[in-house]
Amino acid sequence: MKYFPLIWATLWRKKTRTLFTLLSIVIAFLLFGMLETVDYAFSHPSTGTSGADKLISTNKYSITLPLPFADLQEIRSVPGVTDATWLTWLGAYYQESKNFVFALPIDTESYFNVHKDEFIVSDEQMKNYRSTRSGALVNVALMKKFGWKVGEKLPVHSTIWTQKSGSLDWTFDIVGTFDVRDSTQANAQAYTVFFHYDLFDEGRSFGKGTVGWVEERIDNPANAGAIAGKIDALFANSPNETKTQPANDFAMTFVKQIGDIGFVLRAILGAVFFTLLFLTGNTMMQSVRERIPELAVLKTLGFTDGKVLALVIAESLLLCLFAAVIGLGLSYATLPIIGQALQGVQLDPVALIPGLGAAVLLALIVGFPPALRAMRLNIVDALSGMH
Amino acid sequence: MLKQLIAVISMSLQTVPQRLGASSVIVIGIAGVVAVLVSVLAMGAGFQHTLADSGRDDRVIILRGGSDAELNSNLTRTDIDTIGNAPGLAKDADGKALLSSELVTVVNVPKSDTGTDANVTMRGVGLKLAEVRPELKIVSGKMFRPAVRELIAGVGAAKLFRGLTVGSVLRLRNSDWTVTGIFSSNGDVHESELLADVDTVGSSIERTGYSSAVGLLTSAAAFTAFKDSLTSDPQLKVDVVREREYYAKQSAGLTKTINIVGTTVAVIMAIGAMFGALNTMYSAVAARGLEIATLRAIGFGAFPVLFGVMIESLLLSLLGGVIGASLAWLFFNGHTVSTLGAAFAQVVFQLTVTQALIITGIIWACIIGLLGGFFPALRAARLPVAEALRAG
Repeated sequence: MKYFPLIWATLWRKKTRTLFTLLSIVIAFLLFGMLETVDYAFSHPSTGTSGADKLISTNKYSITLPLPFADLQEIRSVPGVTDATWLTWLGAYYQESKNFVFALPIDTESYFNVHKDEFIVSDEQMKNYRSTRSGALVNVALMKKFGWKVGEKLPVHSTIWTQKSGSLDWTFDIVGTFDVRDSTQANAQAYTVFFHYDLFDEGRSFGKGTVGWVEERIDNPANAGAIAGKIDALFANSPNETKTQPANDFAMTFVKQIGDIGFVLRAILGAVFFTLLFLTGNTMMQSVRERIPELAVLKTLGFTDGKVLALVIAESLLLCLFAAVIGLGLSYATLPIIGQALQGVQLDPVALIPGLGAAVLLALIVGFPPALRAMRLNIVDALSGMH
Repeated sequence: MLKQLIAVISMSLQTVPQRLGASSVIVIGIAGVVAVLVSVLAMGAGFQHTLADSGRDDRVIILRGGSDAELNSNLTRTDIDTIGNAPGLAKDADGKALLSSELVTVVNVPKSDTGTDANVTMRGVGLKLAEVRPELKIVSGKMFRPAVRELIAGVGAAKLFRGLTVGSVLRLRNSDWTVTGIFSSNGDVHESELLADVDTVGSSIERTGYSSAVGLLTSAAAFTAFKDSLTSDPQLKVDVVREREYYAKQSAGLTKTINIVGTTVAVIMAIGAMFGALNTMYSAVAARGLEIATLRAIGFGAFPVLFGVMIESLLLSLLGGVIGASLAWLFFNGHTVSTLGAAFAQVVFQLTVTQALIITGIIWACIIGLLGGFFPALRAARLPVAEALRAG
């Protein structure tokens, strides 16, 4: 630590050069932070439900094909399944197709039993919801987004389900709002509107008695694989075979379908760091080359070879870490903007931590060759300018 | 003046080899920026290309009104009959309308690289397929036969999804389907799909009715009359869209996202590369202080000196830009990838490094080079001659 002033001083020996090198590294780590958090978000998708105790059963051959409602009783009888609930994709929007609304027909009892303690609804509004056939519970954030009020009618347009009248429009009465207890799942539920499955099933002109998918809560997440296997075995060789998987894996299948996002991001970071190696390496080399007489003086004063090596490495570490902390800090500041640009993807700053490791690695790679050169310096040659 | 300029430029270029390490910082830094920019934008260009090529102005898609996408839509047999009688549709030799009634569903097929299930469009097509879509060509195997469970797979799908070779059997809902052929279709979105007989698909998924109808018009101009006759029919509630518009709309969102992401990342990288260029050129000016001062002392003007430094920076950046664009072209042009399209199914497309993208990349390189060279050049031009000579 007592050498810190020395290292700091040598680092700023050429102010412009160090400043530009520093800024380049800052930029690289700004990108590192931005891309890594995005990669992390895509590899840890938010499912809108907390806990590893949720399974999702869909039609094995196509998620657009329905399952028979009768499957539900059989699924509930599987040991380990605490409760099961059924849902269908309404494919709805509000007024314009860009205003997607995740209007979800639910069976009140079983849905809030499978998703126990995940939503906050006041007792009074819950009571109103249960007693209002056309009632809807709307996410508080969505209410705010469109300026809706409790007591208003909410007309949505389904792109799939016609009513008996032939109309694709469905109208609900907003009787209450809900909030999501686990804030990390809030974004995944930001467009949700709950309404009664009975209203939906009786109102639609086709597909009665079918469900889009089934969600189960299980007693022990450790048995998820075995329970999923038992559910699927029930329907093997039936016209509607199922595919049951943990909610997380189900979300992952969609993320994976977007493409190999991780590969694209890593390729970009690879290019950034490859160019950075050259730039920083060149700066460190130049800086040591110019200081050879000074380094020789240090050695004359009794600095050992090892100490000189350590000094140069420390200088490189200081430069890279200092810049990396600034860069990662800046990227932390941009996270809300990126999250918004990605339609509300939740970004976790934990993904920034590996950045510090990358900075150390960079410092060692670019610091080592000049450090080695400084260590091997012969005092007499160096002082006489014969290096 | 010109003579001085040429002399200064040739002198600075001759000394570049002595400053190889520092000069390569500019070249490599800018090559990195341009390679990333061009590769990412090539993804957007390829995706857009695939969907833009999926349409003809004289072909129309008819969907149930308010459905937005084929997957959501539902038309009855009566609807199809009404549509077939509308004016403007091209007719075959027997006077039958060139209309294909289609049924679109999404099936799970594992991707060949990861083995994870992906949504692939399975499209049931009518008997008029060949006339309605003349661009469709069987490249290996043969056409599926109606009334049996046979399908043909697009070249893109066959490349990226598992088990899509001629003769292989694909297990779908409650049934086994034989792949009888692989087809190409002008590089359009249908190359990502599986095609089979519409009624056989319908019976397999227990669905009566159709998703959409695709018709060939007598000419692009016949569209308005055709559309009006259908939309004014009180018995029918349909949306009529030109095929080109239908698919172009699907590409708009993702292409925009890719372009924004690519440009943002490249702008940030470019700022980093500019700092690198500044560093290189400042040290170049410093190393050649004596030389520049001598030139000024023997009567060279400030402008040729300034210009000389800028040209050096520009040429190094240009080299970096060319290397970066070439790398992008070499590694990624024609690279086949797929993503989840707006229609909820995989769209297979090729990264396309277009000429325009290469030019864009090189222009970026030159801008970075000019910005990175300007301030050091200014310093060179303002160098106090006497001091520099004394220091040397």
